[in-house]
Amino acid sequence: MTDRALEPGENGAITWHQVEEEHHDHGGGATILGFWIYLMSDALIFTSLFAMFGVVSGNYAGGPTSREVFELPLVALNTGFLLASSITFGQAIPHIEAGRVGPTRFWLAVTGLLGAAFIAVELSEFAGLVAEGAGPQRSAFLSAFFTLVGTHGAHVTCGLIWLVTMLVQIGQRGLTTDTKRRLMCLSMFWHFLDIIWIGVFTFVYLYGVIR
Amino acid sequence: MSTSPTETHHAHGDTHGHGSPRGYRIGAGLAILLTILPFWLVMARPLSSPGLTAALIFALALLQIVVHVTCFLHLDTRSEGGWTLLSFLFTTVIVVLTIGGSVWVMFHLNANMMPMPNGPMH
Repeated sequence: MTDRALEPGENGAITWHQVEEEHHDHGGGATILGFWIYLMSDALIFTSLFAMFGVVSGNYAGGPTSREVFELPLVALNTGFLLASSITFGQAIPHIEAGRVGPTRFWLAVTGLLGAAFIAVELSEFAGLVAEGAGPQRSAFLSAFFTLVGTHGAHVTCGLIWLVTMLVQIGQRGLTTDTKRRLMCLSMFWHFLDIIWIGVFTFVYLYGVIR
Repeated sequence: MSTSPTETHHAHGDTHGHGSPRGYRIGAGLAILLTILPFWLVMARPLSSPGLTAALIFALALLQIVVHVTCFLHLDTRSEGGWTLLSFLFTTVIVVLTIGGSVWVMFHLNANMMPMPNGPMH
């Protein structure tokens, strides 16, 4: 039996099967496509919020205008955090593919910390606005602003919970087919949120200041 | 389906061919540049015209979205047999119609409103 197993033909077949496994391993094809469709539908949720903000962004109801409430240095800092977190997640990808647990956890942890910093700055911005009487109930403009930016922030918070879950899972199970596929979906989710943020900082903050 | 099961697997294997590290670095560099530029345009105001500045920052945002989608999400014509690209284009059409249409219609609605007794709304 042992001799037969060492025959080249037998070996070749085994190798070929392993290659097949490799493809499944990377693809999770249906899952990736399904998750992509989810991201596209999530983009449509943000689309409706952007449209609403675009329609009422000038309706200040005698309250503070966008130029008065937005602090661009704070927004620039926040944008930097989120963009950096997107780039550090990208650093983890080759390590995930190669199955290196240590570097993967390191880059994911850095990504998580940057994401947490983003949420912290955003919450302090919201708290400051509410404290100076520019809360969501002040005007249509501020309602739309809090809804749009808050929805994005809620997504990032969900992403953070997912990321911490994956850190624990990698610690317990290592980089298996399942954890790799989940990390690929999380990576898509994270990059997607950064793309939404491009729309937010341009359309809401920068355009709000020059309009 | 003319493709054999093996070929289908190949197509799926390409799915998220996460691109090369080099492509990622180029994307990261472009993303940083395309983020700093609009903030500089608005915070330092090198151009006095608000209209021109607005047009520029919107153009830069569109460019940055394209960079992120191609370099970070690795969207191309081959991934998932073209389905990701098709759904992305469909979403883009809906996004443009919804945001552009809403803003356009409501702008004209506001402009054609009767004057309010207590002055304009905004």
